[in-house]
Amino acid sequence: MRRKKQKPEEVAARKDNFSRRDFLKGASVAVSGGLLITEAQAAPKAPGAEAVAGPGRVAITLKINGKPQKVNVEPRVTLLDALRDYLDITGAKKVCDRGVCGACTVIMDGKPVYACNLLAIQAEGHDIVTVEGLSHGDQLHPVMTAFIEHDGQQCGFCTPGFVVACKAFLDKHPNPTLDEIEEGLGGNLCRCGTYAGIRPAVLEAAKAMKGGKANA
Amino acid sequence: MPKCKYDWPEAGERKLIGQRISRVDGPVKTSGKAKYTYDVKLPGMLYAKILGSPYAHAKITALDTSAAESMPGVKAVRKIQDVGTEIQWAGDEIVAVAAESEDIARDALDKIKIEFEQLPFLVNEEDLSRAGDHAKAAGTEKSGDPDKAFSDSDVVISEGYYGIQTITHCCLEAHGSVAEWTAPDTLKTYFSTQNVSGIPGELGEALRQANIDVKNNNVETICQYVGGGFGSKFGADRWGVENARLAKLANKPVKLLLERDIDLIVAGARPSSYAKVKLAAKKDGSIVAWQSESWGTGGPAGTTMPPLPYVLTGIPNKITRHTSVGTNTGPARAWRAPNHPQAAVLTMCALEDLAAKLKMDPLAFFMKNADLAGDRGKVYQEELQKAAELIDWQKNWHPRGHPTPGPIKRGLGISMHTWGGRGHNSNCNVNIHPDGSVEVDLASQDLGTGTRTVIKIVAAETLGLPLEAIGLNIGDTKYPASGASGGSTTVGGVSASTRRACVDARDQLFAAVAPGLGVPADQLVAADGKIQVQGDSSKSLTWKQACSKLGVKTIQVTGKNPGPCALGSSGVGGVEMADVNVDTETGIVKINKMVCAQDCGLIIDLKTAESQCYGALIMGITYALFEQKIMDDVTGRMLNPDMEFYKLAGIGDIGELVVHMMTGPGYDERGTIGLGEPPVISPGAAISNAVANAIGVRVSTIPITPEKVLAALEKGEVS
Repeated sequence: MRRKKQKPEEVAARKDNFSRRDFLKGASVAVSGGLLITEAQAAPKAPGAEAVAGPGRVAITLKINGKPQKVNVEPRVTLLDALRDYLDITGAKKVCDRGVCGACTVIMDGKPVYACNLLAIQAEGHDIVTVEGLSHGDQLHPVMTAFIEHDGQQCGFCTPGFVVACKAFLDKHPNPTLDEIEEGLGGNLCRCGTYAGIRPAVLEAAKAMKGGKANA
Repeated sequence: MPKCKYDWPEAGERKLIGQRISRVDGPVKTSGKAKYTYDVKLPGMLYAKILGSPYAHAKITALDTSAAESMPGVKAVRKIQDVGTEIQWAGDEIVAVAAESEDIARDALDKIKIEFEQLPFLVNEEDLSRAGDHAKAAGTEKSGDPDKAFSDSDVVISEGYYGIQTITHCCLEAHGSVAEWTAPDTLKTYFSTQNVSGIPGELGEALRQANIDVKNNNVETICQYVGGGFGSKFGADRWGVENARLAKLANKPVKLLLERDIDLIVAGARPSSYAKVKLAAKKDGSIVAWQSESWGTGGPAGTTMPPLPYVLTGIPNKITRHTSVGTNTGPARAWRAPNHPQAAVLTMCALEDLAAKLKMDPLAFFMKNADLAGDRGKVYQEELQKAAELIDWQKNWHPRGHPTPGPIKRGLGISMHTWGGRGHNSNCNVNIHPDGSVEVDLASQDLGTGTRTVIKIVAAETLGLPLEAIGLNIGDTKYPASGASGGSTTVGGVSASTRRACVDARDQLFAAVAPGLGVPADQLVAADGKIQVQGDSSKSLTWKQACSKLGVKTIQVTGKNPGPCALGSSGVGGVEMADVNVDTETGIVKINKMVCAQDCGLIIDLKTAESQCYGALIMGITYALFEQKIMDDVTGRMLNPDMEFYKLAGIGDIGELVVHMMTGPGYDERGTIGLGEPPVISPGAAISNAVANAIGVRVSTIPITPEKVLAALEKGEVS
């Protein structure tokens, strides 16, 4: 049985889902912690917190891996898109784009955050460390070395996020138990199934980092 | 001396093959330097997005893209399907837009006006009575005399209903490409693909059909790293073709990677399978008869029957009937071991229910019937014993229904699987340069299975060099064609072509240096970075010295698979067992432990081989307990196209995992056989059987969600 022909309507598949982009689109954004209360990992107040930004592009400076980087982005651009699309820093991956899978994990002021869940303008004035900041040339971070040794990677798409999350986790938990590892890294997902290698890798990296081999 | 000149070295002579070697691309992957298709950024590059149908079945009656086209920053708009087209699934691509930023492209999609005439649809198939004319008979097969076997008064009969859901591939790197026309007739394209060598032909053909003049040879495809494929990334796909067309239209490079929701909705689905199964065995446990009525969907085209009965194909009396259900859902794609996980759930769960009815220990039951697997029966028996030892079956198994009081019930379950895995066609160039450098070139791809590592191990082993001495180029169609990475065919293909090329190249080097060493070339060996006279280490040249004898002439050799000397074969077995806890108050299933005993012939790299099995167990836990493509009967849409509700197992969900690779005499002589598919086949069945063992009742279908566990307990019948 055919259904009645519908009236003309605008069809926009994306409108069915909540989207922070639609929410913010075209609107000026007051950059304050209060407005963005749903962003769990929201940054502390940025400098000039009461200023209104947008809707057009705004010039901001992001401090990434110790280096100031100027970028012109609309206020609705996420930190992840700013890194990837505007600055060509692509270690943080876009996977779920909704703060679930952890592939975009970066460290902000010492804390692991999902870069897809932050606006770039919120990150201004904060120290951002990406996976690129954890190795220096051929000198790998102990977490990376341990991931290689225990083969905590397959396709490798979740790996940079995991490495960053592990580093941040071990900074806070230098002597982790397996339970703590499973809890602490529960915010990162892998499809190939590399958790079996990641568990021993984190334990080994913890030892190596205590041995003073850490370089970050 | 080997019997055939390309044969693999004997066990005692292998320096690298079979060792536990870390993947060679580990440093670039862990440090974030590996560039995936999603990471490619070209000067002036545009970003493309696709608007899909909101309806599962509808005809397009009006389409207006003018508002999108006139937006500042929008550079190209393409109507993929125009007025009059009948859409067959929600999410099907209608318009593609390329713009200066991702956000502008999204805004442009919002400006597109489409009118539809909605049509009736079917998106769920488990209840076959609702399928109407979407259901079509898809074959009956009969052997022996099942009617007679079932009516024998001396047999025990077990009947049950079993099922396995539709899941998506959920590759962490979405499907897509970057396309750049470097000249009007020359396309350079970066693709997230399992099939580097196959993309130019498919893309070229599609573009020519669209009156874009480009020869296949002028389509270069590059894929250095791919963020997961699992069978869903063989083709150029419509979005790949459209991206090349957008790039042509805009005269700029364009990047089109699917959004996560679209990727989950349209870019990969493993078909479902459901079946009513009836089995008969003699009182001593010998299986005598099988009957199954199966059905399932793989989208509009329906499904073919899984290989039933699975593994134990020698059951003497069999009848199978299959019904294919076409649904208005995104089309099926190969998913790791196509049709086998389905067959395993439908068969192995029915077999364990029969064992329970016979009041037999399923381990003894599977051991007794292993010869129904044909000439690999003995391998299965070895694997059953090994897995039983690793999970401590004798101590931990109990008859159905955990006898201990309290809400937490523990159980054990078994499943067996099989796969082919013969090496694909592969061409490999090996160059040995006068400066001693070695280059191996082939247009294969490394999905994360360890392909790069395997090629380097084979080359280094053959040339007597360390791994680091091998230069390797893959992932680009400028190198010799090599097969798609699907069906566990890659390791067999690339290891054989590399071996043959390296043996020939090495022999040419021997011929060049033999006169200087004063011996015939066939008395030389390459080992430890030297070319030396066999049995006389005083007469030797370092690798560099030897290569310098080449003068200005590089040794260039092509190796092929298939080719002379049997370097690989086909057909593996494997056994997996699960140990679970089921909370009968909440219905939550927790994995205590899973074990895998797997054969795959000669293993090149033990470390990445084991990783395939660990990964497969984890993927299996995910589809056994968590993930499901949930379709809405009312709207015809997928209800969970995001990673919050399309659930993957996390690091805390997997329990203890143990992998044992069957190696050594009896296995190594078979040569290389692929491993990607087999270990992912059994987890669903093994976990389902463990749950049945724990709680005493069968949860008929996977995923085994808490809701289904509680419903099964409420119903309380042994399936």
